[in-house]
Amino acid sequence: MVEYVMGFYNYWICVVLLMIGFYAMISKKNLIKKLIGLHIFQTAVMLFFISTSVKRGATVPVAFHRQGELLQAIEVQQFMNPLPHVLILTAIVVMISTTGVALAVLLLIYRRYKSLEENEILRSIR
Amino acid sequence: MIDRYENIVIQTICRILIPFVQLYGLYVIMHGHYSPGGGFQGGVILGTSFILLMLAYGLEASLRRLSLKALTVFGSLGVLLYSGIGLVSLLMGGNYLDYGKLPLPIASIAEIRAMGILGIEIGVGISVMAIMTTIFLAIASYDTAGEKNG
Amino acid sequence: MNDPQLQATVLIVVIPLMISYAIPLLGWRWRESGYYVAQSAIGASLVCALILLHGVLTQGTIHYHLGGWFPPWGIEYVIDPLNGFIAVVVCATGFLVTLFSKESVEKELPDKKTRFYTIYLLLFTGLMGIVVTGDLFNLFVFLEIASLAAYALIAIGKDDAPLASFNYIIMGTIGAIFYLLGVGYLYIITGSLNIADLSKLLPPLYESKVVLIAMAFFAIGLAIKIGLFPLHGWLPDAYTYAPSPVSSFIAPLMTKVGCYVMIRIIFTVFKPYFSIESIPVTEILSWIAAAGMIMGSIFAIAQSDFKKMLSFSIVAQTGYIVLGIGLANRTALTGSLLHILNEALTIGVLFSVAGAIVYKLGTSNIYQFGNLHKKMPFTMAAFLVGAFSMVGTPPTCGFFSKLYLILGAIEAKQWVFVAVILVSTLLNVIYFFKVVEIVYFKPRELATEKEKEILKVVYANGGSYKENTRELDLLGRNEAPLSMLIPIFIMAAGIVLAGIFYFDIITGVIQHAIPSGI
Repeated sequence: MVEYVMGFYNYWICVVLLMIGFYAMISKKNLIKKLIGLHIFQTAVMLFFISTSVKRGATVPVAFHRQGELLQAIEVQQFMNPLPHVLILTAIVVMISTTGVALAVLLLIYRRYKSLEENEILRSIR
Repeated sequence: MIDRYENIVIQTICRILIPFVQLYGLYVIMHGHYSPGGGFQGGVILGTSFILLMLAYGLEASLRRLSLKALTVFGSLGVLLYSGIGLVSLLMGGNYLDYGKLPLPIASIAEIRAMGILGIEIGVGISVMAIMTTIFLAIASYDTAGEKNG
Repeated sequence: MNDPQLQATVLIVVIPLMISYAIPLLGWRWRESGYYVAQSAIGASLVCALILLHGVLTQGTIHYHLGGWFPPWGIEYVIDPLNGFIAVVVCATGFLVTLFSKESVEKELPDKKTRFYTIYLLLFTGLMGIVVTGDLFNLFVFLEIASLAAYALIAIGKDDAPLASFNYIIMGTIGAIFYLLGVGYLYIITGSLNIADLSKLLPPLYESKVVLIAMAFFAIGLAIKIGLFPLHGWLPDAYTYAPSPVSSFIAPLMTKVGCYVMIRIIFTVFKPYFSIESIPVTEILSWIAAAGMIMGSIFAIAQSDFKKMLSFSIVAQTGYIVLGIGLANRTALTGSLLHILNEALTIGVLFSVAGAIVYKLGTSNIYQFGNLHKKMPFTMAAFLVGAFSMVGTPPTCGFFSKLYLILGAIEAKQWVFVAVILVSTLLNVIYFFKVVEIVYFKPRELATEKEKEILKVVYANGGSYKENTRELDLLGRNEAPLSMLIPIFIMAAGIVLAGIFYFDIITGVIQHAIPSGI
């Protein structure tokens, strides 16, 4: 049992963060808090991706060479898997664009309804 | 509207620091394929330098240095540079974004590929800098009384 | 495969991308140039799509290695007949709807034209990227490009548009992140992101739980994106309150491209025997789709706003397509693909008619459409063709696609689904013919704002109410402008032609497009 929890602790942390973000999106009434919940949700998935690229005894996937030398062949075992890192770079850009668009839409909502609380907005619609 | 921050310490420190922040941003862009960094990260740092300018000196002073028209042109130019490098590779006979076929006067194919990636990172950096600054400008110049200015 | 034909694979995405970033630069100088540049970019993509479809049908699957790197290490664009068919459908519908958008943007968003066409072309780029790519993570990036452009375009409408767009942002991003989780699981267990490569690497691993969970995440994430029945909450508000040119572009296309992604993942990435027998995804999807077909139609009957009724109708029609995917035999998938073609054209016509009515009358309340066939006869004729096609009347294309779906359900011996399709068709008849009755047979009951002003003048000169209503109706033909009518007619003619030549379309294109192994 202990190794089931401690061996996969990165996945447990991801699950906890996912559920915190999801709960914030569903239950909070303020629209900005929902946006923050969305951000936590996306960050949890990115943590999940990166934590799967780790190898035992490996170091950061940056190949080091001195000035002017050509790059030698590298031993794959001592570097972590760089592909999830690169995928997450792209996903972070997507996350920031989503947050940017959502903030712009929140500005429009504020201008139209003069409030950012969900129940006040729904009351003023009906 | 953001006004000048009326404190001599903040204004002086920002005035001294901003060129160094921009230099660091350029360093991060250039070293993207050898160390952590790259186009997006360096572009965000460059954009941060402009946002610092806006916070310390107010929006009108910053807009005199970098107008909205220039920001739009930079934003488009960055992506056009990226796609343009890809199109040049297409025209030179390879596939899209095949850096080995770029017409640069360097001997080895590996070096040409490295230069191709560097060109793309520069394009991305310019575009991201413009977009970050535009987002901040749009949200900061929002007037609660009515229409957006700018 | 000679060189220009091969490069059309990447040009179909690169041309709209580059031109969408050139529009702000051109727009500073020549203000009206946004529409013409966007139209020519979409036209260029349509030419590329036709070249690609011809190339695929004559010479087999096209593989394009981006950057010169070979597939498991690099990104690859793959065009097979399914891709080529969907690319032509999306490009043709996009081209015609963009023709429609010129006058509509003039009226609804007069001072935002340059920025509007920039985001519009970016949305089109995203959709084309989803259709041609052969790499799962590249698909996620293009999916998010298209979705972000859609969120921004929907938010500039009137009434409740920003709130509807915020709702769409939250639900759409959850769907995309579930899709990303699925891609992550598949990458962890195989180490590859390429679709063709995955379909070879996955079969030995079908017993492991990771693959089952990946399939579940894909199914839920894509169901949110296409608006399948219980997860459709964002769809009616988003498509109703969007501006008219936006809703007539997004409504036919985004959900259909999502259905294409679902077919890709269920039948190409995972082999068909896995999706049908090992984990009965197709069976669950077919029951959910059946519920969606009935409930979507029931919600549509209750609406009094024309665009909201059409949006619930989209929920029902998506149920048809997913039912075809769920039945998973050749006939049902043929019906599903033919229904995608039918839906792109029909929903394009219906939302464009709604946009023309809003342009002329200023309202989209059904009960104000009385006697509209005297004011806008040609528009209403096209609406009639669209309504017949949604209901499924020969010789329009809708009849043949529903026929193939029913034949597929019979072949799979699922009599419940035959009954569901027939009941849903009857419900479709109810709400479409309610609108046809009001338009063609009922006098006008409520007056719109413009007409109330004219009424005030007529009352000031003396006169009773009944006389004045007749006066209103005889204000003459006030038909929609020609640049709106031409694309509506071409799409309506397309529906009838697709119905007449259905057998050539099926034997020529769709039969090769069905994924192998069914």
